[in-house]
Amino acid sequence: MSTANGSKPVLTLEHVSVSFGGLRAIADVSFSIHDGEIVGLIGPNGAGKTTAFNLITGFLRPSEGRILYREVDLNRRKPHEIAALGLVRTFQRTSVFANRTVFANALTGLHRQGRSRLWDTILALPRESAAEKELAAQAWEILRMVGLDARAADSAGSLPYGEQRLMGVALALAAKPTMLLLDEPVSGMNPSETARFMQLIKAIQAQGITILLVEHDMRMVMGVSDRVVVLNHGQVIAEGPPASIQQNAEVVRAYLGRRGTRAGDS
Amino acid sequence: MRRIAPAFWLILFLSIPLWLRDPYFLHVLIVTGIFIIAAMSLNLLLGYTGQLSLGHVAFFGIGAYASSLTTIGFDIDVLGLVRIVHKPWPALAGLIVATALAGMCGYLIGTLSFKIRGAYFIIVTLSFAEVTRLVALNWVELTQGPMAINNIPPFTVGLPGLGYIALWNKAYYYYLVLLVAIAAYVLIARLVGSRIGRAMVALKENEPLALSVGIDVTRYLVLGAVVSAALAGAAGSLYAHYIKVIDPDIFQFMYTVTMIIMVITGGKGTLSGPIVGGLIFGFLPVAVRSFASPEAQWIIYGLLMIMIIFVLPQGIVPALSQWMESRSSASRTSAWAAAAGPAVSRTGSEREHGERQ
Repeated sequence: MSTANGSKPVLTLEHVSVSFGGLRAIADVSFSIHDGEIVGLIGPNGAGKTTAFNLITGFLRPSEGRILYREVDLNRRKPHEIAALGLVRTFQRTSVFANRTVFANALTGLHRQGRSRLWDTILALPRESAAEKELAAQAWEILRMVGLDARAADSAGSLPYGEQRLMGVALALAAKPTMLLLDEPVSGMNPSETARFMQLIKAIQAQGITILLVEHDMRMVMGVSDRVVVLNHGQVIAEGPPASIQQNAEVVRAYLGRRGTRAGDS
Repeated sequence: MRRIAPAFWLILFLSIPLWLRDPYFLHVLIVTGIFIIAAMSLNLLLGYTGQLSLGHVAFFGIGAYASSLTTIGFDIDVLGLVRIVHKPWPALAGLIVATALAGMCGYLIGTLSFKIRGAYFIIVTLSFAEVTRLVALNWVELTQGPMAINNIPPFTVGLPGLGYIALWNKAYYYYLVLLVAIAAYVLIARLVGSRIGRAMVALKENEPLALSVGIDVTRYLVLGAVVSAALAGAAGSLYAHYIKVIDPDIFQFMYTVTMIIMVITGGKGTLSGPIVGGLIFGFLPVAVRSFASPEAQWIIYGLLMIMIIFVLPQGIVPALSQWMESRSSASRTSAWAAAAGPAVSRTGSEREHGERQ
């Protein structure tokens, strides 16, 4: 497991701001993520966490500042192009292709891995079936990794909530990310599902994938993250290893208000 | 069962001219077949990418005009600057030109509307159909306007040693339509069953998610529009050479509505939906015309469509396949129970036996 210190940053936000009307959702935010680490992005509701995700993955454009991924400027790039660079996200609300089977979902996620060309498909050339077989094998591998292989034939919309979250992660993994952005992956999961999910995150990290994680479940974030970045009112108010963040007075104040000093004691 | 079904339908459709002696029914079948091709093309957009083209008849009409003019030839002045003279070509070349030109128009519409979805896509396609109708109506030098293009020659087939045979015969024309329909079906089936089809359905189901896994949805929307428009153009060409007269009425909105009704009732997003819906609404006029005036016919179509949608909201084909699936799984469980039953009772009696000992 590589740590923050020493290795070079892969994702860098430089003085990024964005406003909706008069509201500055993100104001002059700068932080960077290093290769192979797991970073937790936390903050109270409305702090700008999901907005930051949307900016990084091209669903929103920053009004100021710039975002670099492995020395590539992401400005003006479309979401699918950013995904092609290896920066892949999941969504806060369950996001699966609900009317398709779990297996078809995985195959759809593998889209960019497909090698077949239009003429191969139309003329049903042998190359087409070879490519499809290859994709099917990869789909099984991903479903086994997240533990949905037994559900392959079920429609994704019929899965229980926790498994739909896993489906979302499987879709993102199918896009072969080098960095994964998880937006509240364990919300709605029960404790045992959450514990299993933490193991999955570690397994993903072990494959060399850098992870940025937005999550409200503090035990989960502190347990799994190598480093934590805290946002409040669209600004970074603290940054550091989980242990120091838990002690940080400003973070405690942001979460609990001015009188919440007692929580800092524990 | 699954294996032999396509062969069964193929033999049935191939054999129709052999036992169907009534030329009027064969005529209805040919026109229905042409509209089924158009409906299949509409289904590729509506059923798989989820975008409704309310101007689909434009591609059909462009195909009809392109094919007719390629076959008949024309002599026009463009803005008084260039004189374009085109010598007549064989009808088969007309079919190819119609397919290509309609496909290009599909590319144009798909690219123009690359950012717009849903209601905006509908408006763009609807306007496009109206513009093409006005062009056909007013560019009299090229299209004869309301005077219509007459005497469109039939398709000819060149046979080695026999020269050219004109397809005046309805049975031959039926086979030509069937051939194009099968080609269209196979093309659509291969596209939607592939990685391309998965990308199209991903656009329909959840566009942000599709983008997030790196699918360039616009590209697949444009591809769908091109293939869809090209097939509609081919259907328009078949129509022109069969009916032999075309006028700007071919761009009537009702034709688009007919295609949509066929797709929706049959089941959008299924391969055989447009065929089932097309056969129903192709033959309905024949059944209804004996007792209803043309105006009343449209009311009857509307009522029938509302009834079908009310009872089977997904369309006929998805409802049928669900019903068959539930029946087969029910029979499987009952078969399992029958197989398990004696075994269970045997272990029960064995246990009794053992206890007695």
